[in-house]
Amino acid sequence: MYPRSFHYHRAGSLDEAVTMLGQLGSGAKVLAGGQSLIPLLKLRFANPEHLVDLNFIPGTSFIKDDSRALRFGAMTRHAEIEHSALARRIAVLHDCAAGIADVQVRNRGTIGGSLAEADPSGDWGNALITLDTSVHCLGPGGTRSVPLKDFIKDAYTTALAHDEVVTEVEVKIPPEGSGGAYVAFKRSAPVYPSASAGVQLTLADDVCQDAAIALGCVGLTAIRATEAETALRGKTLTGNADDPTIAAAAEAARAAADPQPDMRGSAEYKRELVAALVKRAIQIAIRRARGEDVEGAHLYA
Amino acid sequence: MPEAAAAETIAVQVQINVNGKLYSRTVEPRMLLVEFLREACDLTGTHVGCDTSYCGACTVLMNGLAVKSCTMFAVQADGSEITTVEGLEKEGKLHPIQKAFGDSYGLQCGYCTPGLMLSAHQLLSENLSPSEKEIRKAIAGNTCRCTGYMNIFKAIEQAARNMKGA
Repeated sequence: MYPRSFHYHRAGSLDEAVTMLGQLGSGAKVLAGGQSLIPLLKLRFANPEHLVDLNFIPGTSFIKDDSRALRFGAMTRHAEIEHSALARRIAVLHDCAAGIADVQVRNRGTIGGSLAEADPSGDWGNALITLDTSVHCLGPGGTRSVPLKDFIKDAYTTALAHDEVVTEVEVKIPPEGSGGAYVAFKRSAPVYPSASAGVQLTLADDVCQDAAIALGCVGLTAIRATEAETALRGKTLTGNADDPTIAAAAEAARAAADPQPDMRGSAEYKRELVAALVKRAIQIAIRRARGEDVEGAHLYA
Repeated sequence: MPEAAAAETIAVQVQINVNGKLYSRTVEPRMLLVEFLREACDLTGTHVGCDTSYCGACTVLMNGLAVKSCTMFAVQADGSEITTVEGLEKEGKLHPIQKAFGDSYGLQCGYCTPGLMLSAHQLLSENLSPSEKEIRKAIAGNTCRCTGYMNIFKAIEQAARNMKGA
Protein backbone atom coordinates (compact mmCIF):
# COMPACT_ATOMS: atom_id res chain seq x y z
CA MET A 1 0.00 0.00 0.00
CA TYR A 2 1.27 3.42 -0.92
CA PRO A 3 0.24 6.75 0.53
CA ARG A 4 -0.82 9.51 -1.79
CA SER A 5 2.24 11.34 -3.20
CA PHE A 6 3.66 14.00 -0.93
CA HIS A 7 6.55 16.41 -0.84
CA TYR A 8 9.18 15.57 1.72
CA HIS A 9 10.93 18.23 3.81
CA ARG A 10 13.71 17.34 6.19
CA ALA A 11 13.99 19.84 9.03
CA GLY A 12 17.47 20.47 10.40
CA SER A 13 16.21 22.16 13.55
CA LEU A 14 12.94 22.65 15.38
CA ASP A 15 12.96 26.33 14.36
CA GLU A 16 13.33 25.29 10.74
CA ALA A 17 10.44 22.83 11.14
CA VAL A 18 8.22 25.65 12.41
CA THR A 19 9.27 27.89 9.50
CA MET A 20 8.57 25.09 7.02
CA LEU A 21 5.15 24.40 8.52
CA GLY A 22 4.33 28.12 8.33
CA GLN A 23 5.38 28.36 4.69
CA LEU A 24 3.71 25.12 3.59
CA GLY A 25 0.37 25.92 5.20
CA SER A 26 -2.32 23.59 6.43
CA GLY A 27 -1.54 20.90 3.82
CA ALA A 28 1.61 20.02 5.76
CA LYS A 29 1.90 17.46 8.53
CA VAL A 30 4.72 16.61 10.88
CA LEU A 31 6.39 13.19 10.64
CA ALA A 32 7.82 12.04 13.97
CA GLY A 33 8.13 8.31 14.71
CA GLY A 34 5.46 7.61 12.11
CA GLN A 35 4.06 4.53 13.82
CA SER A 36 0.53 5.95 13.89
CA LEU A 37 0.84 8.35 10.98
CA ILE A 38 2.33 6.07 8.32
CA PRO A 39 -0.42 3.43 8.64
CA LEU A 40 -2.98 6.26 8.35
CA LEU A 41 -1.22 7.56 5.24
CA LYS A 42 -1.07 4.10 3.70
CA LEU A 43 -4.79 3.61 4.27
CA ARG A 44 -5.24 7.14 2.87
CA PHE A 45 -7.19 8.25 5.91
CA ALA A 46 -4.77 11.18 5.90
CA ASN A 47 -3.48 12.71 2.67
CA PRO A 48 -1.10 15.57 3.45
CA GLU A 49 0.61 17.33 0.55
CA HIS A 50 3.76 17.86 2.55
CA LEU A 51 5.51 15.98 5.33
CA VAL A 52 8.02 17.75 7.56
CA ASP A 53 10.35 15.12 9.00
CA LEU A 54 11.69 15.77 12.51
CA ASN A 55 13.78 12.58 12.66
CA PHE A 56 17.02 14.18 11.56
CA ILE A 57 17.00 17.04 14.08
CA PRO A 58 19.79 16.61 16.62
CA GLY A 59 19.12 17.05 20.33
CA THR A 60 15.41 16.25 20.30
CA SER A 61 15.74 12.89 22.03
CA PHE A 62 16.68 13.14 25.69
CA ILE A 63 15.58 12.28 29.21
CA LYS A 64 16.55 14.80 31.90
CA ASP A 65 15.91 14.89 35.61
CA ASP A 66 15.95 18.39 37.03
CA SER A 67 14.97 17.00 40.50
CA ARG A 68 11.54 18.63 40.25
CA ALA A 69 10.48 17.05 37.00
CA LEU A 70 11.47 14.56 34.33
CA ARG A 71 11.78 16.14 30.92
CA PHE A 72 11.54 14.16 27.70
CA GLY A 73 12.60 15.45 24.31
CA ALA A 74 9.70 15.19 21.89
CA MET A 75 11.52 12.68 19.69
CA THR A 76 12.47 10.37 22.56
CA ARG A 77 11.50 6.87 21.45
CA HIS A 78 9.27 4.68 23.62
CA ALA A 79 12.13 2.15 23.84
CA GLU A 80 14.50 4.78 25.22
CA ILE A 81 12.00 5.53 27.98
CA GLU A 82 11.40 1.81 28.56
CA HIS A 83 15.12 1.25 29.17
CA SER A 84 15.76 4.47 31.09
CA ALA A 85 16.64 4.15 34.78
CA LEU A 86 15.64 7.80 35.19
CA ALA A 87 12.15 7.20 33.80
CA ARG A 88 11.64 4.48 36.41
CA ARG A 89 11.46 7.26 39.02
CA ILE A 90 7.84 7.55 37.92
CA ALA A 91 6.49 4.01 37.62
CA VAL A 92 3.62 4.95 35.31
CA LEU A 93 6.14 6.08 32.68
CA HIS A 94 7.96 2.77 32.66
CA ASP A 95 4.71 0.78 32.66
CA CYS A 96 3.46 2.75 29.70
CA ALA A 97 6.65 2.80 27.63
CA ALA A 98 7.40 -0.89 28.12
CA GLY A 99 3.94 -1.98 27.02
CA ILE A 100 3.33 0.07 23.91
CA ALA A 101 2.82 -2.24 20.94
CA ASP A 102 5.99 -4.27 20.27
CA VAL A 103 9.77 -3.85 20.17
CA GLN A 104 9.76 -2.60 16.58
CA VAL A 105 7.14 0.08 17.23
CA ARG A 106 8.82 1.14 20.49
CA ASN A 107 12.10 1.58 18.62
CA ARG A 108 10.48 4.15 16.33
CA GLY A 109 7.49 5.73 18.06
CA THR A 110 8.03 8.89 20.07
CA ILE A 111 6.42 10.38 23.18
CA GLY A 112 5.92 13.76 21.50
CA GLY A 113 4.43 12.20 18.38
CA SER A 114 2.05 10.07 20.40
CA LEU A 115 0.67 13.11 22.24
CA ALA A 116 0.52 15.25 19.09
CA GLU A 117 -1.36 12.50 17.22
CA ALA A 118 -3.88 12.25 20.11
CA ASP A 119 -5.15 8.87 19.01
CA PRO A 120 -7.99 7.94 21.41
CA SER A 121 -6.37 4.52 21.80
CA GLY A 122 -2.84 5.85 22.26
CA ASP A 123 -1.16 5.04 25.56
CA TRP A 124 0.80 8.16 26.50
CA GLY A 125 -2.14 10.55 26.71
CA ASN A 126 -3.90 8.30 29.18
CA ALA A 127 -0.85 7.45 31.27
CA LEU A 128 0.42 11.03 31.54
CA ILE A 129 -2.94 12.60 32.40
CA THR A 130 -2.66 10.98 35.86
CA LEU A 131 0.49 13.04 36.47
CA ASP A 132 1.26 16.76 36.44
CA THR A 133 2.30 16.85 32.78
CA SER A 134 2.88 19.80 30.50
CA VAL A 135 3.63 19.84 26.80
CA HIS A 136 6.14 22.39 25.54
CA CYS A 137 5.32 23.71 22.10
CA LEU A 138 7.33 25.83 19.70
CA GLY A 139 5.68 28.12 17.17
CA PRO A 140 6.60 31.24 15.21
CA GLY A 141 5.98 33.36 18.33
CA GLY A 142 8.28 31.27 20.53
CA THR A 143 7.60 28.56 23.09
CA ARG A 144 4.64 27.94 25.33
CA SER A 145 3.84 25.30 27.88
CA VAL A 146 0.40 23.72 27.78
CA PRO A 147 -0.93 21.48 30.57
CA LEU A 148 -1.71 18.07 29.08
CA LYS A 149 -5.38 18.34 30.06
CA ASP A 150 -5.66 21.42 27.83
CA PHE A 151 -3.38 20.03 25.12
CA ILE A 152 -5.52 17.09 24.00
CA LYS A 153 -8.83 18.60 22.90
CA ASP A 154 -10.56 15.73 21.16
CA ALA A 155 -9.81 12.59 19.16
CA TYR A 156 -6.84 13.39 16.90
CA THR A 157 -7.15 17.04 17.91
CA THR A 158 -4.72 19.01 20.04
CA ALA A 159 -4.04 22.61 21.01
CA LEU A 160 -1.16 22.71 18.51
CA ALA A 161 -1.50 25.30 15.75
CA HIS A 162 -0.60 23.97 12.31
CA ASP A 163 2.78 25.73 12.51
CA GLU A 164 3.62 24.53 16.02
CA VAL A 165 5.59 21.46 17.09
CA VAL A 166 6.02 19.69 20.42
CA THR A 167 9.55 20.14 21.74
CA GLU A 168 9.39 18.57 25.17
CA VAL A 169 7.14 16.73 27.59
CA GLU A 170 7.61 17.66 31.24
CA VAL A 171 6.33 15.40 34.02
CA LYS A 172 6.51 16.60 37.63
CA ILE A 173 7.95 14.10 40.09
CA PRO A 174 5.06 12.96 42.33
CA PRO A 175 5.36 13.72 46.06
CA GLU A 176 6.81 11.36 48.64
CA GLY A 177 4.37 8.53 49.40
CA SER A 178 2.92 8.57 45.91
CA GLY A 179 2.69 5.53 43.69
CA GLY A 180 1.16 4.86 40.33
CA ALA A 181 0.44 2.20 37.75
CA TYR A 182 -0.63 2.03 34.15
CA VAL A 183 -2.32 -1.16 32.99
CA ALA A 184 -3.63 -1.74 29.50
CA PHE A 185 -5.30 -4.82 28.10
CA LYS A 186 -4.35 -5.78 24.56
CA ARG A 187 -5.59 -8.67 22.47
CA SER A 188 -2.07 -9.09 21.15
CA ALA A 189 1.15 -7.11 21.35
CA PRO A 190 1.05 -4.99 18.18
CA VAL A 191 -2.50 -3.70 18.56
CA TYR A 192 -3.89 -0.77 20.46
CA PRO A 193 -5.31 -1.64 23.87
CA SER A 194 -8.97 -2.58 24.22
CA ALA A 195 -8.98 -0.44 27.36
CA SER A 196 -6.44 0.95 29.80
CA ALA A 197 -6.28 2.47 33.26
CA GLY A 198 -3.79 4.91 34.73
CA VAL A 199 -3.73 5.49 38.49
CA GLN A 200 -1.61 7.73 40.71
CA LEU A 201 -2.22 7.65 44.47
CA THR A 202 -0.60 9.54 47.31
CA LEU A 203 -0.88 7.81 50.67
CA ALA A 204 0.01 8.77 54.23
CA ASP A 205 -0.22 5.81 56.62
CA ASP A 206 -2.43 4.06 54.06
CA VAL A 207 -4.88 6.99 53.99
CA CYS A 208 -5.39 8.29 50.48
CA GLN A 209 -4.38 11.94 50.30
CA ASP A 210 -4.76 12.34 46.58
CA ALA A 211 -5.86 10.22 43.64
CA ALA A 212 -5.82 10.51 39.88
CA ILE A 213 -7.58 7.87 37.80
CA ALA A 214 -7.70 7.93 34.01
CA LEU A 215 -9.49 5.62 31.60
CA GLY A 216 -8.14 5.03 28.11
CA CYS A 217 -9.72 3.78 24.86
CA VAL A 218 -13.21 4.22 26.32
CA GLY A 219 -13.87 7.74 25.05
CA LEU A 220 -12.68 10.22 22.46
CA THR A 221 -9.88 11.25 24.80
CA ALA A 222 -8.61 9.86 28.09
CA ILE A 223 -11.33 10.23 30.73
CA ARG A 224 -10.49 11.38 34.24
CA ALA A 225 -12.77 9.33 36.48
CA THR A 226 -13.28 12.09 39.04
CA GLU A 227 -15.95 10.24 41.03
CA ALA A 228 -13.68 7.24 41.29
CA GLU A 229 -10.97 9.56 42.61
CA THR A 230 -13.41 11.01 45.15
CA ALA A 231 -14.28 7.48 46.25
CA LEU A 232 -10.65 6.98 47.31
CA ARG A 233 -9.68 10.36 48.80
CA GLY A 234 -9.57 10.41 52.59
CA LYS A 235 -10.15 6.65 52.81
CA THR A 236 -7.88 4.03 54.27
CA LEU A 237 -6.79 1.69 51.51
CA THR A 238 -5.92 -1.85 52.50
CA GLY A 239 -4.97 -2.85 49.01
CA ASN A 240 -6.71 -6.20 49.45
CA ALA A 241 -8.58 -7.64 46.50
CA ASP A 242 -11.88 -7.39 48.40
CA ASP A 243 -11.36 -3.82 49.64
CA PRO A 244 -14.84 -2.23 49.28
CA THR A 245 -13.31 1.23 48.72
CA ILE A 246 -11.44 -0.05 45.67
CA ALA A 247 -14.60 -1.79 44.46
CA ALA A 248 -16.49 1.51 44.79
CA ALA A 249 -13.83 3.33 42.76
CA ALA A 250 -13.93 0.65 40.07
CA GLU A 251 -17.72 0.94 39.95
CA ALA A 252 -17.46 4.73 39.54
CA ALA A 253 -14.91 4.19 36.76
CA ARG A 254 -17.28 1.84 34.98
CA ALA A 255 -19.95 4.56 35.07
CA ALA A 256 -17.52 7.22 33.83
CA ALA A 257 -16.44 5.20 30.79
CA ASP A 258 -18.05 6.09 27.49
CA PRO A 259 -16.91 3.30 25.17
CA GLN A 260 -17.84 2.66 21.58
CA PRO A 261 -18.49 -0.90 20.47
CA ASP A 262 -15.98 -2.00 17.83
CA MET A 263 -13.86 -4.98 16.82
CA ARG A 264 -12.21 -4.89 20.25
CA GLY A 265 -15.48 -5.53 22.04
CA SER A 266 -18.94 -4.34 22.95
CA ALA A 267 -19.49 -1.22 25.04
CA GLU A 268 -20.61 -3.34 27.98
CA TYR A 269 -17.50 -5.54 27.72
CA LYS A 270 -15.23 -2.49 27.68
CA ARG A 271 -16.93 -1.03 30.77
CA GLU A 272 -16.41 -4.32 32.58
CA LEU A 273 -12.81 -4.45 31.38
CA VAL A 274 -11.93 -0.89 32.35
CA ALA A 275 -13.40 -1.38 35.83
CA ALA A 276 -11.24 -4.48 36.31
CA LEU A 277 -8.16 -2.64 35.05
CA VAL A 278 -8.80 0.26 37.44
CA LYS A 279 -9.05 -2.20 40.32
CA ARG A 280 -5.79 -3.83 39.35
CA ALA A 281 -3.99 -0.53 38.79
CA ILE A 282 -5.14 0.79 42.19
CA GLN A 283 -3.82 -2.32 43.91
CA ILE A 284 -0.42 -1.96 42.22
CA ALA A 285 -0.35 1.79 42.92
CA ILE A 286 -1.02 1.21 46.63
CA ARG A 287 1.86 -1.24 46.92
CA ARG A 288 4.18 1.10 45.06
CA ALA A 289 3.10 4.06 47.21
CA ARG A 290 4.13 1.97 50.22
CA GLY A 291 7.54 1.58 48.65
CA GLU A 292 7.21 -1.93 47.27
CA ASP A 293 8.91 -2.72 44.00
CA VAL A 294 6.12 -4.14 41.85
CA GLU A 295 6.68 -5.11 38.26
CA GLY A 296 3.65 -3.87 36.37
CA ALA A 297 2.92 -4.76 32.81
CA HIS A 298 0.44 -4.59 30.05
CA LEU A 299 -1.85 -7.56 29.88
CA TYR A 300 -2.26 -9.69 26.83
CA ALA A 301 -5.21 -11.82 25.88
CA MET B 1 5.77 1.17 -8.41
CA PRO B 2 3.89 4.46 -8.11
CA GLU B 3 3.36 6.61 -11.17
CA ALA B 4 6.56 7.75 -12.81
CA ALA B 5 5.31 11.28 -13.50
CA ALA B 6 4.85 12.06 -9.84
CA ALA B 7 8.24 10.56 -9.08
CA GLU B 8 9.98 13.04 -11.36
CA THR B 9 8.59 16.05 -9.59
CA ILE B 10 9.22 15.16 -5.99
CA ALA B 11 11.85 12.44 -6.02
CA VAL B 12 14.64 12.61 -3.46
CA GLN B 13 18.12 11.16 -3.35
CA VAL B 14 18.97 8.65 -0.62
CA GLN B 15 22.07 6.74 0.36
CA ILE B 16 21.42 3.72 2.50
CA ASN B 17 23.97 1.18 3.64
CA VAL B 18 22.33 -2.21 3.34
CA ASN B 19 24.28 -5.20 4.63
CA GLY B 20 27.54 -3.28 4.27
CA LYS B 21 26.91 -2.10 0.72
CA LEU B 22 25.99 1.49 -0.11
CA TYR B 23 22.91 1.93 -2.27
CA SER B 24 22.39 5.40 -3.80
CA ARG B 25 18.97 5.71 -5.33
CA THR B 26 16.46 8.33 -6.34
CA VAL B 27 13.14 7.52 -4.76
CA GLU B 28 9.72 8.95 -4.25
CA PRO B 29 9.33 10.08 -0.64
CA ARG B 30 6.36 7.76 -0.27
CA MET B 31 8.46 4.71 -1.09
CA LEU B 32 8.41 2.42 1.94
CA LEU B 33 11.68 1.06 3.21
CA VAL B 34 10.52 -2.49 2.54
CA GLU B 35 9.86 -1.65 -1.12
CA PHE B 36 13.22 0.07 -1.35
CA LEU B 37 14.89 -3.12 -0.14
CA ARG B 38 12.87 -5.42 -2.36
CA GLU B 39 12.55 -3.32 -5.53
CA ALA B 40 15.48 -0.90 -5.53
CA CYS B 41 18.06 -3.22 -3.94
CA ASP B 42 16.59 -6.51 -5.17
CA LEU B 43 16.83 -7.96 -1.68
CA THR B 44 13.65 -9.97 -1.48
CA GLY B 45 14.39 -11.75 1.79
CA THR B 46 12.47 -9.03 3.62
CA HIS B 47 8.83 -9.97 3.32
CA VAL B 48 5.62 -7.99 3.14
CA GLY B 49 3.05 -9.72 5.30
CA CYS B 50 0.16 -7.62 6.56
CA ASP B 51 1.44 -4.26 5.32
CA THR B 52 -0.33 -2.66 8.30
CA SER B 53 2.40 -2.66 11.00
CA TYR B 54 1.01 -5.76 12.65
CA CYS B 55 2.80 -8.92 11.61
CA GLY B 56 6.51 -8.05 11.67
CA ALA B 57 7.39 -10.08 8.55
CA CYS B 58 9.10 -6.93 7.20
CA THR B 59 11.32 -6.49 10.28
CA VAL B 60 14.87 -5.33 9.53
CA LEU B 61 17.55 -3.77 11.70
CA MET B 62 18.17 -0.05 11.39
CA ASN B 63 21.40 0.86 13.15
CA GLY B 64 21.03 -2.38 15.11
CA LEU B 65 17.42 -1.88 16.20
CA ALA B 66 14.47 -3.87 14.87
CA VAL B 67 12.00 -1.80 12.87
CA LYS B 68 9.03 -2.61 10.68
CA SER B 69 10.19 -1.62 7.21
CA CYS B 70 6.57 -1.31 6.01
CA THR B 71 6.08 1.49 8.51
CA MET B 72 9.04 3.65 7.51
CA PHE B 73 9.77 5.58 4.38
CA ALA B 74 13.07 4.88 2.62
CA VAL B 75 13.97 8.58 2.99
CA GLN B 76 13.87 8.15 6.75
CA ALA B 77 16.62 5.53 6.51
CA ASP B 78 18.86 7.90 4.54
CA GLY B 79 22.40 7.66 5.92
CA SER B 80 21.61 4.72 8.17
CA GLU B 81 22.77 1.11 8.26
CA ILE B 82 20.17 -1.51 7.47
CA THR B 83 20.61 -5.21 8.05
CA THR B 84 18.28 -7.61 6.28
CA VAL B 85 18.22 -11.39 6.47
CA GLU B 86 20.63 -11.49 3.53
CA GLY B 87 23.18 -9.71 5.72
CA LEU B 88 23.19 -12.28 8.52
CA GLU B 89 25.28 -14.87 6.68
CA LYS B 90 29.00 -14.10 6.65
CA GLU B 91 31.41 -15.61 4.09
CA GLY B 92 29.08 -18.45 3.24
CA LYS B 93 28.57 -19.33 6.90
CA LEU B 94 25.14 -19.11 8.46
CA HIS B 95 24.71 -16.77 11.41
CA PRO B 96 24.20 -18.74 14.68
CA ILE B 97 20.60 -17.49 14.73
CA GLN B 98 19.97 -18.88 11.24
CA LYS B 99 21.65 -22.16 12.15
CA ALA B 100 19.58 -22.49 15.32
CA PHE B 101 16.30 -21.80 13.50
CA GLY B 102 17.17 -24.66 11.16
CA ASP B 103 18.43 -27.04 13.82
CA SER B 104 15.48 -26.43 16.15
CA TYR B 105 12.84 -26.48 13.41
CA GLY B 106 11.98 -22.89 14.29
CA LEU B 107 10.20 -22.46 10.98
CA GLN B 108 7.69 -24.18 8.79
CA CYS B 109 6.58 -22.14 5.78
CA GLY B 110 9.36 -19.64 6.46
CA TYR B 111 7.46 -16.49 5.58
CA CYS B 112 7.86 -14.88 9.01
CA THR B 113 11.36 -16.25 9.57
CA PRO B 114 13.51 -13.36 8.30
CA GLY B 115 11.63 -10.91 10.53
CA LEU B 116 11.78 -13.24 13.53
CA MET B 117 15.51 -13.78 13.13
CA LEU B 118 16.14 -10.03 13.05
CA SER B 119 14.00 -9.44 16.14
CA ALA B 120 15.97 -12.24 17.80
CA HIS B 121 19.16 -10.50 16.65
CA GLN B 122 18.33 -7.32 18.52
CA LEU B 123 17.46 -9.33 21.64
CA LEU B 124 20.67 -11.38 21.56
CA SER B 125 22.85 -8.38 20.82
CA GLU B 126 21.63 -6.93 24.13
CA ASN B 127 21.21 -10.09 26.19
CA LEU B 128 22.80 -13.51 25.62
CA SER B 129 20.95 -15.09 28.55
CA PRO B 130 17.34 -14.18 27.89
CA SER B 131 14.58 -15.71 30.01
CA GLU B 132 11.59 -17.21 28.25
CA LYS B 133 9.62 -14.10 29.23
CA GLU B 134 12.24 -11.88 27.63
CA ILE B 135 12.20 -13.95 24.44
CA ARG B 136 8.41 -13.74 24.31
CA LYS B 137 8.55 -9.98 24.74
CA ALA B 138 11.26 -9.59 22.10
CA ILE B 139 9.28 -11.42 19.43
CA ALA B 140 5.80 -10.24 20.43
CA GLY B 141 5.78 -8.09 17.29
CA ASN B 142 6.30 -11.03 14.95
CA THR B 143 3.39 -13.20 13.95
CA CYS B 144 3.92 -16.84 12.96
CA ARG B 145 0.92 -18.79 11.74
CA CYS B 146 2.61 -22.20 11.43
CA THR B 147 4.82 -23.15 14.32
CA GLY B 148 2.90 -22.25 17.44
CA TYR B 149 6.12 -20.46 18.50
CA MET B 150 7.50 -23.22 20.75
CA ASN B 151 10.29 -24.20 18.37
CA ILE B 152 11.04 -20.53 17.75
CA PHE B 153 11.65 -20.07 21.50
CA LYS B 154 13.89 -23.15 21.41
CA ALA B 155 15.77 -21.80 18.40
CA ILE B 156 16.45 -18.46 20.09
CA GLU B 157 17.55 -20.20 23.28
CA GLN B 158 19.87 -22.42 21.26
CA ALA B 159 21.24 -19.44 19.33
CA ALA B 160 21.93 -17.67 22.64
CA ARG B 161 23.82 -20.71 23.97
CA ASN B 162 25.86 -21.02 20.78
CA MET B 163 26.68 -17.31 20.63
CA LYS B 164 27.68 -17.31 24.32
CA GLY B 165 30.01 -20.20 23.69
CA ALA B 166 31.51 -18.55 20.61
